[in-house]
Amino acid sequence: MRRFAQFWWDFIVGDDWRVAAGIAVAFGLTALLATTSVPAWWLLPLAVAAVLWLSLRRVAR
Amino acid sequence: MVEALTIVLAMGVTRGWRAALTGAVAATVALAAIIAALGPALTVIPIEVLRLVVGALLLVFGLQWLRKAILRASGWRALRDEDSVFARETAAAQTAAHEERAGLDWYGFTVSFKGVLLEGLEVAFIVLTFGSTQGSIPLAAAGAAAAIVLVVAAGVVVRGPLSRVPENTLAFAVGVMLTTFGTFWGAEGAGVSWPGDDASLPGVLAFVALVSLVFVSGLRRRRPVLA
Repeated sequence: MRRFAQFWWDFIVGDDWRVAAGIAVAFGLTALLATTSVPAWWLLPLAVAAVLWLSLRRVAR
Repeated sequence: MVEALTIVLAMGVTRGWRAALTGAVAATVALAAIIAALGPALTVIPIEVLRLVVGALLLVFGLQWLRKAILRASGWRALRDEDSVFARETAAAQTAAHEERAGLDWYGFTVSFKGVLLEGLEVAFIVLTFGSTQGSIPLAAAGAAAAIVLVVAAGVVVRGPLSRVPENTLAFAVGVMLTTFGTFWGAEGAGVSWPGDDASLPGVLAFVALVSLVFVSGLRRRRPVLA
């Protein structure tokens, strides 16, 4: 069971769990913003770019 | 799929084609069964929930691909070399003990089966996510089947690993596509209305592609020395 869970974790999340965590936070903020009158469409693409860059920069130090 | 072909070829050459092909076919049947079992189940989930879950999964999965492709393109990670993978698999297969089960060379069968199953799971995942959100899993599966036929045909023609396929360029493109669709559907699932609805999809695609290329360029400037 543990190996099964580990397999799916590696398959979906991969090398850097912070990417998945960052995307989860970004989805939460997007959902919150979408409930207001402020347009929310710009938030997720920017968050994706930021999360990706932070993950890449960690490798490229 | 290119990776799976390399493994099957290595097993076929060293352990015999019967075991290698049986393993590959068995894994393909298993993957088809996974798609057939999960596909109808996904269609009963409300579309908004499906888009949120599928979008989030696609996004995290796509960012994995994109991250690796950017690191490879910028020289921070070695490019995958199908010739060396083929040589390594062949060497391991030549020294492995011969054990026959169900009339098959068990090593050749299991390595081939695992290789196709593991690599194919990525394809099954993409078929299920794209197919379910667009309401046509059979069409998505047909697209994947066409790609498999193409890769197998190329392998038969070349009679070796597809080392000249620009694998990282393909991975980069797939990563950009998965990230784009994950962002688009995920945001819709989270309650976002895109300006112009579906018309904004090319804009998201252009943004993800541009950002990725800028990252490659930025990382190249701090590139380490890699073979």
